[in-house]
Amino acid sequence: MTTTAPPPTGKRTVRKNHPGAAPRTRRPGRLRRISLPYLLLLPALVLELLVHLIPMVIGIVVSFKELTQFHLRDWGNAPWSGLDNYSLTVDFDAPVGEALLSSFLTTCLFTFFSVGLCWLIGTAAAIFMQETFRGRGILRTIFLVPYALPVYAAVITWAFMFQRDNGLVNHVIHDQLGLTDSPPFWLIGDNAFVTLLVVSVWKGWPFAFLVMMAGLQNIPREIYEAAALDGAGVWQQIRRITLPSLRPVNQVLILVLFLWTFNDFNTPFVLFGKSAPASADLISIHIYQSSFQTWNFGTGSAMSVLLLLFLLVVTGLYLLFTSRGRSATDA
Amino acid sequence: MRRIRVAAVGAVTLSLVLGAAACGGGSTNGSGSNEQPKTLTYWASNQGASLEVDKQVLQPELDKFEKQTGIKVKLEVVPWGDLLNRILTATTSGQGPDVLNIGNTWSASLQASGALLPWDAKNFEKIGGKDRFVDSALGSTGVQGQDPAAVPLYSMAYALYYNKKAFADAGVTKPPTTWDEVIATGKQLTKDGKAGLGVEGSNLSNNIHQVFVLGKQHGADFFTADGKADFTSDGAVKAVKQYVDLMADAQIVAKGNAEYSQNQSLSDFAKGKTAMVLWQTASATFAAQGMKEDEWGVVPAPVQSGAPGTGTSTNSMVAGINMAVFKNTKNIDGATKFVNFMTGDEEQKVLNKAYGSIPPVKSAQTDPAFNTPGLAVLRDTLAKSASALPQVPEESQFETVVGTAVKELFADAAAGRPVTLESVKAKLEKAQQQMPKK
Repeated sequence: MTTTAPPPTGKRTVRKNHPGAAPRTRRPGRLRRISLPYLLLLPALVLELLVHLIPMVIGIVVSFKELTQFHLRDWGNAPWSGLDNYSLTVDFDAPVGEALLSSFLTTCLFTFFSVGLCWLIGTAAAIFMQETFRGRGILRTIFLVPYALPVYAAVITWAFMFQRDNGLVNHVIHDQLGLTDSPPFWLIGDNAFVTLLVVSVWKGWPFAFLVMMAGLQNIPREIYEAAALDGAGVWQQIRRITLPSLRPVNQVLILVLFLWTFNDFNTPFVLFGKSAPASADLISIHIYQSSFQTWNFGTGSAMSVLLLLFLLVVTGLYLLFTSRGRSATDA
Repeated sequence: MRRIRVAAVGAVTLSLVLGAAACGGGSTNGSGSNEQPKTLTYWASNQGASLEVDKQVLQPELDKFEKQTGIKVKLEVVPWGDLLNRILTATTSGQGPDVLNIGNTWSASLQASGALLPWDAKNFEKIGGKDRFVDSALGSTGVQGQDPAAVPLYSMAYALYYNKKAFADAGVTKPPTTWDEVIATGKQLTKDGKAGLGVEGSNLSNNIHQVFVLGKQHGADFFTADGKADFTSDGAVKAVKQYVDLMADAQIVAKGNAEYSQNQSLSDFAKGKTAMVLWQTASATFAAQGMKEDEWGVVPAPVQSGAPGTGTSTNSMVAGINMAVFKNTKNIDGATKFVNFMTGDEEQKVLNKAYGSIPPVKSAQTDPAFNTPGLAVLRDTLAKSASALPQVPEESQFETVVGTAVKELFADAAAGRPVTLESVKAKLEKAQQQMPKK
């Protein structure tokens, strides 16, 4: 950051070079030059307000209201409920809070495994694809298919494959390989967590792969060549050169994967419908159910605000620690 | 620079003010106007085999209406899964269609939102009066004692469908009429990878329909007379256990049914994998699955003992579709004219024939088309032994929380975990605690 030239320096240089310049004649041009970036930013700013900030503010307002079916039509005038929605959602001894906590913990576990596996597979595949070999282009295209497919079409296909009686998965592991005594359930009960994880990783790793590929291409070949001359093996090269060089890429990649996975709504919704099994009850679905299925929009909004706060804190801490670590290594 | 900053601040302020105005939300207009008397928009629920089929059924009727009145109706067929969310969105924004279809079990919940035009005596007068409609269908148009929020359009009822060949192969000569007989017959039919009865264990609405009827048979209503949730009464617990026990205890339902939610039980039935299903107006679906009409039979849904009737002999919920007018309509006269048209004798016959449902309009029911063996059972059920689901504003929540409890119990049964009175009661208790406090 500090190496880039600060804007005030530029300003001063201009004044120094033209000490007697008449500000009146130059002002319009200067103004236009200075204002141009702001003008260009303005549409994005307005859209950002309309699409993100205003709904967020409305969401926060609603979280303090008693918004049920009785006030839907005139929801702006729904009665204030103070902190009732929040106390209901954080009362972990009562069913609403208990279910939210369980859903939160499930989501944490799911995110940990999903992000970890996506990263691992994506990185391994990217490193593997660095070598040139025949068919690399085709393989790379195939790797990106899950990322390119529309989520709904892909996930509904998985839902078919995971059906107990007619699905391909049980056909293979039970009918053909005989690995289980009876065909297991994948879309209900405890296995639903595994199902969700499989689909999520399948859908998510190509993104990690794509980002890692881009990151790898920025590492100069000479370093590897020099390391090889010094006698470093493949594994040592990966550990000592590849992974440390990918650190900034990883920092962004893991954060993005974390946020996407933690908030993922489409995958569980298409796999399990409106009511996910307890083992795979991700927080996004849980909030949807609290808001749209039980028509308790106030409580749902309170849950969303708490989720937002949690994600903000985690993201903030993550950025703080990772950039600290980075400046330490840079130094 | 300063001017730009002023402009930016202006834009931000303007957006915030607009946002704050949006916060004001929803319109509080009384009941529509006649600003656009020549057009109407109509959201029809998906009733046929596809959205396209619905358009083909409805468009000629809409053209007929345009010829009669000069009012053009813009049709949108909305898939069932999207309909309730679309209505909720329209309600909050105030930008909805003029006329719409609603699932009749949502009547009271949507009535509470205040988005729908109340059908008071004056409005009913415009469509020929309340007496034209079958009582049971009127019973699912809103909270009792209040003006209905909608008008019945298509009626449906549950019945027991059975595969004639499977019955003959197993040597069963008489379809069951009581639950004991269902279990006994089911056990005879459950063999060689085939099951006696099919259920949709993961379909929340269907779970509710079934346990509501069983609840009635055990003297339970799931709500008290003053509208409070009452999910843990002995009758309610017995009803839920009896339903899940068809899989857990009697084992006449295949375990795989626990994850069914997309009418897979109907396709199993059509393929001969299950011998019986309890369903509402299933004939069109069977035909779509390639099953011929003489391959299946239909009898009234079972009761605990005796013959179907009211009270503890209830054997179906009142299923069906209602027609409602959005309060914000800009063509209130046209909208009521359109409802009058769609509930007229002629259109009722055309539409209900096309969809395989029963007209909720008494005079249209007399048409011989509704007197076939299949439809006569449903018609009689509606007239004599069907009850409307609880007409309380919290009906929608009830479907979600109790429907989910039943789904979880089916998952337990499928996994071989015991389903006991205690485990059922615990699940229902949890469901009840999730209901909003009122």
